[in-house]
Parts: sequence; C-alpha cells; structure tokens
Amino acid sequence: MSSTDTAAYALRLGDDALVLAQRLCAWVTRAPTIEEDLALSNIALDLIGHARTLLAHSGALDGTGRTEDQLAYLRTEREFRNALLLELPNGDFAVTLARQLAYSLYARLLYGELAASADEVLAGFAVRAAKEVEYHAMHATGWTVRLARGTAESRRRMRAGLETVWPYTGELFEEDALTRRLAAAGTGVNPAGIRESWEKAVTAVLADAELAVPAPSWQASGGREGLHTEAFGALVAELQSVHRQFPGGTW
Amino acid sequence: MDDEGVVRLDAEYDEARLSAHFEALLAAGERIEPRDWMPEGYRRMLLRQIAQHAHSEIIGMQPEGAWLTRAPTLHRKAVLLAKVQDEAGHGLYLYAAAETLGVSRAELLDALHSGHQRYAATFNHPALTWADAGAIAWLTDGAAVVNQVPLCQTSYGPYARAMRRVCQEEAFHVRQGYDMLHALCQGTPQQKEMAQDAVNRWWLPAVALMFGPPDTVAGGADARTAAMGAAVTRRSMAWGIKRHTNDELRQRFVDQVVPQAERLGLTLPDPGIRWNEERGHYDFGPIDWRVFRDSLGDGSLVARQRLAHRVAAHEDGAWVREAVDAHAAGGGDWREAA
Repeated sequence: MSSTDTAAYALRLGDDALVLAQRLCAWVTRAPTIEEDLALSNIALDLIGHARTLLAHSGALDGTGRTEDQLAYLRTEREFRNALLLELPNGDFAVTLARQLAYSLYARLLYGELAASADEVLAGFAVRAAKEVEYHAMHATGWTVRLARGTAESRRRMRAGLETVWPYTGELFEEDALTRRLAAAGTGVNPAGIRESWEKAVTAVLADAELAVPAPSWQASGGREGLHTEAFGALVAELQSVHRQFPGGTW
Repeated sequence: MDDEGVVRLDAEYDEARLSAHFEALLAAGERIEPRDWMPEGYRRMLLRQIAQHAHSEIIGMQPEGAWLTRAPTLHRKAVLLAKVQDEAGHGLYLYAAAETLGVSRAELLDALHSGHQRYAATFNHPALTWADAGAIAWLTDGAAVVNQVPLCQTSYGPYARAMRRVCQEEAFHVRQGYDMLHALCQGTPQQKEMAQDAVNRWWLPAVALMFGPPDTVAGGADARTAAMGAAVTRRSMAWGIKRHTNDELRQRFVDQVVPQAERLGLTLPDPGIRWNEERGHYDFGPIDWRVFRDSLGDGSLVARQRLAHRVAAHEDGAWVREAVDAHAAGGGDWREAA
C-alpha cells in the first residue's frame, strides 16, 4: 500500500467535504427559518472539520508536505478531486436537501466501513465523522419526508430536487484502479460495495415520503479526474480569493 | 353603588396592590417573571429592547456571513461559521424571551421586515474586506459585551437568563476578532493596511451606535437628544432594565479598547483619545451624530440591502414553512399533486 495512494484517497474524501461545506456556507442568512440557518451552518462546520483532517493527512502523505490550507487554497480547479454532486449549485431548499440526503446516507455507510481502515488516521477520523454524518442523515431524511408530504408545492419541489441531483449520485460509487488497490489493502472502502446498502437506505426514506426513487437516463462523472462542471471555477475563485489576495500573508 | 362600580373599585385596588408587589420585587433585586403582573410601560420598553436586540443578531449575521465563503483559511472559516451560528442562536434565545411578553416570533419578524421594529444601525455599514469581519467582531461585539454584561442582571427573568448565555459566547467572539486582526497585523504591510482601514471604518459605528445616543451631558446640537435620552434611561434604570447610562458604558468600552488597539499596533481614528489621569479614564472626541442621521437612515443603501436580503430569505422560504405546518397538521394536501 503506497502512501501516495492513501494521500490521493484522502484528497477525494476531503474535497467532497470541503466543496459541500462551501456550498452550504452560501445558505447561511438565506435559510427558510433561523433554525435552518443554524442547522446548515452546523453541518457545514462538521464538514469543514472533516476536510481539515483529510486534507492535512493527504498533504502529509503525498510527499509534498502541503498543509490543509495549501491544498484548499492553492490548487487550481483541475486539481480538485471531489465528485460533481457536491459542487452542484444550491438550487432551492429542496435541491440542497436532496443532495444532503444522497451524500449523508452515502457518507454514513462510507465512514462506517472506513472506521476499520488499516490507516490509523483514516480509521480514527471515520469513527468520529460517522457520528456526525448520522445527524446530517437524520436532518436530510426528516426534511425529505416533510417536504414530500407537506403541500402540493413542496412535494413538487422535493421531487424536482431529487431529479436534479440523482444523475450525479452514481459517481460516488465508481470504482477505479485506486479504490481497488486501497480496498485490497484494507485502507479504503470499495465504493461499489456500499451501493446496494445506499440504495436500500434511500429507497426506505423515499418510500416513507411516498416518492419513487428517480431513475435518471444518464450519469455524470469526471470529478475524480478533475473534470468539473463550469460552475466549479466560480466556486474555487470565491473560496480562494482572499487567501490569494496577499501572497505570503498570514491569516 | 352598582355592580360595575364595585368591580371597577376592585380592579383599582388590585392594580395598586399588584403595582406595589412589582415595585417590591424590583426593590429586593428579584426577577420579574412572565406570570407576574407588570406595568404596561415596562412590558413595552422590554419588548422594544429585546426585539431590537434579537433583530440585531439576525441582521448582524449578514455582514460577516457574506465572508464565510471567502474566509482565507479553513480554521478561520470554521471559527466564523461558529460565530455566525452563535448569532442565529442568540436571535432564537431572544425571540423566545420576547415571546414570553405575549408576541409571537412570526409577529416580531413581520415587524422587522416591514420596518416597524429596528435593529442596531451599526450593521448598516458595509463589510468591504476580510478585515471587516475581524473589526466587527473585535469592536462591535466588544461593545455588545460591555452593554450586555449588566443585562445579565436585568430585572426581567427570561431576558436576564438569555443574556447570560449570550455573554459567554460574545466574549469568545471578541477574542476571535482580535485574533484575526492580530494575524493581519503580523502579516504583510498590505494586510496590516487592510486591518487599519477596517478599524477606521468600524470604530465610530461601534462607539456611537452600539451604545445609543448620549444620555448624560452633551452640548450644542445634541443637548436635546441627550435630554430625551436621559429621560428614557432614567425610566429604564428605575425599572431595573438598564443598570448604567449609555455614556457610562461607552466610556467603559473606550477604556477597554484603547490598550488593545495599542497592542495590535493599530490606531483608533479619533485624535481626541488620550489618557486622563484626573478622571482615570480615556478621553475621546465628541461624536458627530449628524453623520449617522444623514448616512444611516432606513433609506440608506446598505439598510435597504440588509432588509431586502432578510425579506428575500423569508419569502423564498415561505413554501418550506407552509410545508412544515401542513405536515405537522397531518393533512393530505400533498396527495392532490401525486
């Protein structure tokens, strides 16, 4: 098991958390209730914590010695490895919650398995993170059902939100040479291996919501190779603008 | 005497007795609780103050919240998220305290959105750079703490209890603001310049607007304002809502901040600041209140933006809140669309 593989893996997971946190930050002061300003900022705060641990670990293992901030603030768009789902524009509250549902149910399964990683840092991180994403999943599940069984309009929007994000969920479960090597070494989780459990969990929530699981006719992909959506450039520019304002500065 | 007359006399007797009880509670330094009788003026003054405070927390999330996506390190981003989140929480405690006075949160928010209730005009200043987030936390929250520590002892129980929780968190905000500016002051010359620029713009709003109008002595054009302020403050202090005059608290803030600015290596933009040995306080220049009347009325550019932002969030979220109500009511409205 090479440490550069572990570094590349930690970078993928860390970028997922970072980019979703960045999207959620944009909700703060714009949520439907003050309670949701609190909830979404709290989830973003957890995700920033995840990103910090994972990026720091990646930088320590990839041979460059880069810090969490050097990785977050000084890479270009093409160097980010997050799945496209996480960078999708927020849309309305239903789109954001549909993404929360897909990601938090995935992260719960992922971190549950990663807790047994041969890499001690990843294992320790996953134990902690699994508890946090459990709450994120409860939040998303509650809202999915509430919106689906609220009013005709909220149901229409929830369904549309699910339709919007579902083509981007497949990428979370894609295997490649890296994940196969990591899974074989017991360091990482085979994403394809948790797909069935995820589908079961999603189906249960949507059954409660009396909604069908979307069956998109296409699947997006490319984030793990750094091929992002056009909206991603603006996200990265905003994320990094102050950090890059004064090179050599201290913050 | 007819029955109606008897009832009226009883009511007057009761009111006198209740009023005496209320005054006795205040005199003994006890808290007034929601179920206690209170004079209508006391209730109105409290409601106005608590609502204004709650609205200030909610509107105050905007200038810093706008920097969440741009915070220059992940540590700063996490700290700023925690801070803005605290403000939302403070808003909730305070709305809950206001609700004990018989007004719902929905009604309070409507009053904010329609401009019938105010928030601290400090937040009608724009946060133009990252350093503003630091200056706001250090100066504005610093002023808030000076105001709020005495409110932990205010006479109305629910407000005092809310303030105790708020104060603990605000003290942390001030430290993180100071720490942000400290980092900038240790950085490149341009970073220090950015910090100084932000302090230049946030000093006066903090020292003036966070404490309200003068309420002790003021000469010239402000004499009338000061006399009116003094009357309100006297009433508030007699009811144990406020414990100090605006001007006393303003002085306390200046005394705290001047040495901190010196440690940061930043200049407070008031050439009148100097230590007064005789008074044992820092002197500072007179505040030109006209500046605020001219540039910070409800019609100012930033005031319009703050309110429009808040109203847009509320209106965009209406369908979500309606869904929550419908779901909680267990109705089947949604089935029609299925």
